[in-house]
Formats: sequence, C-alpha cells, structure tokens
Amino acid sequence: MNYTFNFEPVFANFDQLLAGALVTIQLSLGAMVFGTVIAIACAVGKTAGPAPVRFLVNAYIEIIRNTPFLIQIFFIFFALPALGLRFDPNTAALIALTVNVGAYATEIIRAGIESINKGQVEAGTALGLKRGQIFRYIIMKPALRTIYPALTSQFIYLMLTSSVVSVISATDLAAAGNLIQSQTFTSFEVYLVITGMYLVLSLGFSALFSAIQRTAFNYPLAR
Amino acid sequence: MIRQFGITEFWFIVAAVQWTLALSAVAFAGGAVGGMAIALARVSEIKPLRYSALAIIRFFQGTPLLMQLFLAFFGLRILGVEINPWIAAAIALTAHASAFLGEIWRGCIEAVPKGQSEASWALGIGYYDRMVSVVLPQAARIAVAPTVGFLVQLIKGTSLASIIGFVELTRAGQIINNATFSPFTVFGIVAALYFILCWPLSLLATRMERRFAVATRR
Repeated sequence: MNYTFNFEPVFANFDQLLAGALVTIQLSLGAMVFGTVIAIACAVGKTAGPAPVRFLVNAYIEIIRNTPFLIQIFFIFFALPALGLRFDPNTAALIALTVNVGAYATEIIRAGIESINKGQVEAGTALGLKRGQIFRYIIMKPALRTIYPALTSQFIYLMLTSSVVSVISATDLAAAGNLIQSQTFTSFEVYLVITGMYLVLSLGFSALFSAIQRTAFNYPLAR
Repeated sequence: MIRQFGITEFWFIVAAVQWTLALSAVAFAGGAVGGMAIALARVSEIKPLRYSALAIIRFFQGTPLLMQLFLAFFGLRILGVEINPWIAAAIALTAHASAFLGEIWRGCIEAVPKGQSEASWALGIGYYDRMVSVVLPQAARIAVAPTVGFLVQLIKGTSLASIIGFVELTRAGQIINNATFSPFTVFGIVAALYFILCWPLSLLATRMERRFAVATRR
C-alpha cells in the first residue's frame, strides 16, 4: 500500500459540500413535513375510512415498503415524463422522498392512533367535544407523543436515504461529492469527508429532535 | 437505434434476480456471523468491547448505505485490490448487515429476563453454556420477526450496488431501459420483481410478530 492521502482538493471545494449539505437538509425537512401530512391523512383513512380507501392506502404502503427507493426515484424521474409529468431533479427528489417517507410514517402514526384507548374518545364525546377537537386533542396529541421516537428515527433514516437522489443529478451532498471526485480523482478522501458530514447531520438531527421532544412533550403523563 | 422491448429483454431482467438474491444471501450470511459477534460484544462485561461495538453500530446507522458502498469500493482500490464491484458490494453490505443485526439482536438478548442469567450464575454455568443453552435460545424466539424484517431492508439495499456497477436487478433494468427507452415498462417490471421478493417476507414478519405478541400476552 503506497497511497498518499490527499485531502487538499476536498477542503478546497468545501463550499460546494456545504451547499450540497444545505440541499440535503432542505430535501429532508421538506419530505418530513409533507410526508407527515400524507401519513396523517393515510393513517386516518386506514383506521376510519371505507373499504376502498383502506385498500388504496394499504396498496400504497405495501408497494412503497417492498420496493427499493432507488427504483421509486427512477420511476418518478424517468417513467412519469412518459405520462407528461416532468420534474427537475430536485423536485423529483423531493416528491420521491415524500412519497417514500409517507408510507413508513403512515404505519407509525396508525400504530399511535390505535394505541389510544377507545374510552378516551367516548369520554370526549360525552364531554361534548367536536369531532375535530377529539381528533386533535384526544387522539393525535398523545399518539404523537407515543410514536415520536419511532417517527424521528424514521426521519433520520430518510435523511440518510436522501443520498440516493444524487443518481438523478439532484444537487445534494452526495452529488457534490460525485462532482468533486470526478474533477480531482480523490474519490476515497471525498467520500470519507462526506460520510463524516452525513454522520454530523444525523447527530444534529437527532439532537434537534430530542430538544423538540423536551419542549413539546414537557407535560406530565396522565395517570 | 432504439431496440423494441420484447421477451428477450424481459428475461434479461428476470435473470438478474439471481444476482440480487446472491448478494442478499452473502450479505445476510456474513451479517449473521458479524451481527452475532457485535451483539455479544454489546452485552459483554468488558467495557472497551461494549463501546467499540457501540461505535460500529452508531457509524453504520448514522451514515448512508450508499457512502458505505463508495468507501468499500474506493477503499479497496487504495489497498491495492483489483476493483471488483461484486466484492466491494459484498463487503459493504456484510458490514452494514452486521451492524444492524447486531443492534437488533442486542435488543433481543436484553429482552431475556435477567433472572435467567442470574440463575445460570447461581448454578455455576459458565459464559459459553449460559449463552448457548440458556440466553440465546430464548432470544432467538424474539429475534425471528425483526430479523426477517431486516432481510427485506437488505434486499432493497442491494439495489444500491448498481450504482458502483454491480449488475443485479436494478442495473439490469437500467441497461435495458437505456437500450429500449421504455422506462415505464422496465421500471414497472423491476419494481414488481422486488415486490415479489420482499412482500412475502414482510407478510411473514408481520404475522410472526403478531403471533409472538399473542403468545407472550398474559
């Protein structure tokens, strides 16, 4: 082994890596927010909807969870334009990530909703709360607290998965690395630094999520 | 010149399933050995062993599988090994599976009531017999469902090997798509094949989980 490591080109282009990291953060945050909205809708559809809705939600969940993300993004970026739906790479990436995390989050949120005791909902009805209020305060609020750890680790996994969007030339962190290594031929060094940056990102997200948990769920558990 | 998508192209894609399965099998087998080592290190009495296992798990769970593949691929070249996508993918996925299975199985080992270990101590049973005859058989029952669930994740993960040039199901799809330019058909078929591989395993995992929940309910 007579290889000399050369990190100079990597750090000379560090601004590109930071720009890529910013896109990764944006894509991840966007997919978390939109994915959660989809997931809440699907979870409600799956627990309370009519049979055809339940069937569609189930089909969506099973198809997404049993095919690789890489194929999903190929489908959205290469196959949908055949139907006249054409997106630029970053938009396609956001759509693919949202659709993907939506399916996983649906199952998590559904589990949360089903963990709520039926008596709670009946108590809400007896107290004269409206349906929307029951859903918001009696079902979603405690459900979210229960599933928060599962949901946020799914979010971190999503951020790591987002590195795959570099294959459709989205401009995320992994893509910035691809570009630098193709210009400077220091592949290992580039990917070593980027792997470190992903590690920092996942630690950062994890710290952010536990900070949110401490402030948002800082009320005592009911007995 | 654009080739028509026909029966030859279809079989080319279907035949590539064997490489997806081969890579999954190698990674799972290697991951089972590595995972057992990491799980045992994680519950070990020896502190440095416990912490190094934890560091390995944190690294593999905190970085993208794609980067792990790239590091294996380009790292092998630095070590002077002939770059072979098959070997690089097998190494990266084995290491990845070891870390994940290690963490899953640690949880299962810790789920075995502590009294079992303490009783073994009291009876003077040594480490080896305590693990092999008392703790692990009980942990194995808990471990089956999440392990099958991880196998699904691993099969899907092998699709990333296509990015470093290993010709498996996804790469075969890309090759045919480049020749025929019918992405809808090609990626539809590829997705369907993955689904056929993964769905039965997912159903199995869910069913075992449910059966286990019923069996342990008091």
